[in-house]
Amino acid sequence: MNFKKWLLPTVYILFLMLPIYWLLNMSFKTTNEILGGFSLYPENFTLENYIVIFTDPTWYNGYINSLIYVAMNTVISVSVALPAAYAFSRYRFLGDKHLFFWLLTNRMAPPAVFALPFFQLYSAVELFDTHLAVALAHCLFNIPLAVWILEGFMSGVPKELDETAFLDGYSFPRFFIRIFIPTIAAGIGVAMFFAFMYSWVELLLAKTLTSVAAKPIAATMTRTASTAGYQLGLLAAAGSLTIIPGAFVIYFVRNYIAKGFAMGRV
Amino acid sequence: MGIKLNQVTKRVGAETHIYETDLTLEEGGFNVLLGTTLSGKTTLMRLMAGLEVPSSGEIWFEGSNVTGVPVQKREVAMVYQAFINYPSFSVFDNIASPLRVARRPDAEIRKRVGEIAELLKLSPMLDRLPAELSGGQQQRTALARALVKNAPLVLLDEPLANLDYKLREELRDDLPKLFSDTGATVVYATSEPQEALMLGGHTATLSEGRVTQYGRTADIFRKPNTLVSARVFSDPPINTTVVHKKGERFELNENIQWAVAEKYAGLADGSYTLGIHPHHLTLGSVREDSIAISGLVQVAEISGSESIVHVDVAGNSWVSETQGIHPFVVGESTNLQMQVDRCLYFGEDGGLVAS
Repeated sequence: MNFKKWLLPTVYILFLMLPIYWLLNMSFKTTNEILGGFSLYPENFTLENYIVIFTDPTWYNGYINSLIYVAMNTVISVSVALPAAYAFSRYRFLGDKHLFFWLLTNRMAPPAVFALPFFQLYSAVELFDTHLAVALAHCLFNIPLAVWILEGFMSGVPKELDETAFLDGYSFPRFFIRIFIPTIAAGIGVAMFFAFMYSWVELLLAKTLTSVAAKPIAATMTRTASTAGYQLGLLAAAGSLTIIPGAFVIYFVRNYIAKGFAMGRV
Repeated sequence: MGIKLNQVTKRVGAETHIYETDLTLEEGGFNVLLGTTLSGKTTLMRLMAGLEVPSSGEIWFEGSNVTGVPVQKREVAMVYQAFINYPSFSVFDNIASPLRVARRPDAEIRKRVGEIAELLKLSPMLDRLPAELSGGQQQRTALARALVKNAPLVLLDEPLANLDYKLREELRDDLPKLFSDTGATVVYATSEPQEALMLGGHTATLSEGRVTQYGRTADIFRKPNTLVSARVFSDPPINTTVVHKKGERFELNENIQWAVAEKYAGLADGSYTLGIHPHHLTLGSVREDSIAISGLVQVAEISGSESIVHVDVAGNSWVSETQGIHPFVVGESTNLQMQVDRCLYFGEDGGLVAS
């Protein structure tokens, strides 16, 4: 009985972990071994791939660039979405429901649709190949999502809380920062996580809007061949490292995300 | 001076929430707003607090016109039916919050919060978060925050409605005492007539957006000015029927007639609506001030020390409330005594004409 209970989850998890294991496996192999044949574990274990990434600026700058624009995007998305979500949650105004729905439709077009206009616009205003360019472009998807998530959390807070604070003498900005933001901290955590996630995994816009100075890791990683020929081990090591920030962030917000799911907003 | 509403109305879209209202609540008094759900109690309170701006009319507080003055600038404290506390603040910080905003010195804040917490039995919980408290403790925290502010106007919007029975009784006894020392004008909204009677002070009865009567609670209970006020302020509901005055006799129907007592002698002959409270329609032997009425028992319920029975009297469903526990058999006839000198008589327009 005990055996049966464990069997299915174990098989399932092994199945899910297989690609990740294979990626790690490859990252500790030399390219020759990868191309040479099938082996379940690295026969010539090497850290060479990781050393290259941490010492070669063309590689590690990719991570730095990505982290910079992802952080910028997360901060912009959430700070813009907070007042918007408050308005949607607390006030009734002409067309509020339509506007709220329209925000979501921004997420329904593939990024490719916006690649050309963004490229042209940013080139014209000299934003091309800057971190800000990518951060702003990703707002197109992340602000609506953050508004949607935060509105759910805010609507779970009774309006009377706001009124009690005003009766206590709080001005609106002071109430918002001292009382309201801590009250919906879980929602902000979830919104930041999703902004981080979409911005971190998005490739097309990030690649189109940058060339050298702000080139993201995903762009560096997807060039399969370089002047040195195939470097599959190196690519695998880069991929393994790219998983880490996401895993790290999701660890911190895992409880909040469950709450977000319960509200139907994630 | 207290608070004064001057021809105040409140409309939202096409709906009128409060019809033209004139109401003056005396300074330092305990005032109850009594009315059913949607009668406008909460709207009236929100207007007094400044959370809503009246559609027309003026609100005066302590001699100055405060219509349209933002809540932050008003000296008002409010406690809601739902337990509202700042979730990220400890109980201490919750209570201290109005003092902190007013930039009072730390030592004073600690002293005041300590005193109030002691008064409301919150001293052992000061370090906890509101979510870790029971419902009663959460509401006491909200009350403490209202008390600590020492506001001259305190609004309590059905603060006990979400508490369980025991806690409600306990807090209800404490409430008037807590606020009587502060000299604040207290407004307390409730939908329960019993609660209004227990709290005492003054009562305003509300019905469908109108204040129908305001005065001392006991007076209003005994002498409602209209049938509407009488209905608002009676639980179980007041019994009504049409009677005719013919010279020296009141006539309900062919069988139920009685002599007009001296105090009703001034009434002109004609038809009136008679109102009789359930506790003046009781089981028991004939007295000189009562007449016997018989009816069929429809429903009988026993609530602790009272027997409440619904009887069919000449086509009206009436409620009788008698002290003590008495057995009733549904479907059988029972004899009740109606105290005829306790009857209220209302004219055609619903106004009280004799009591």
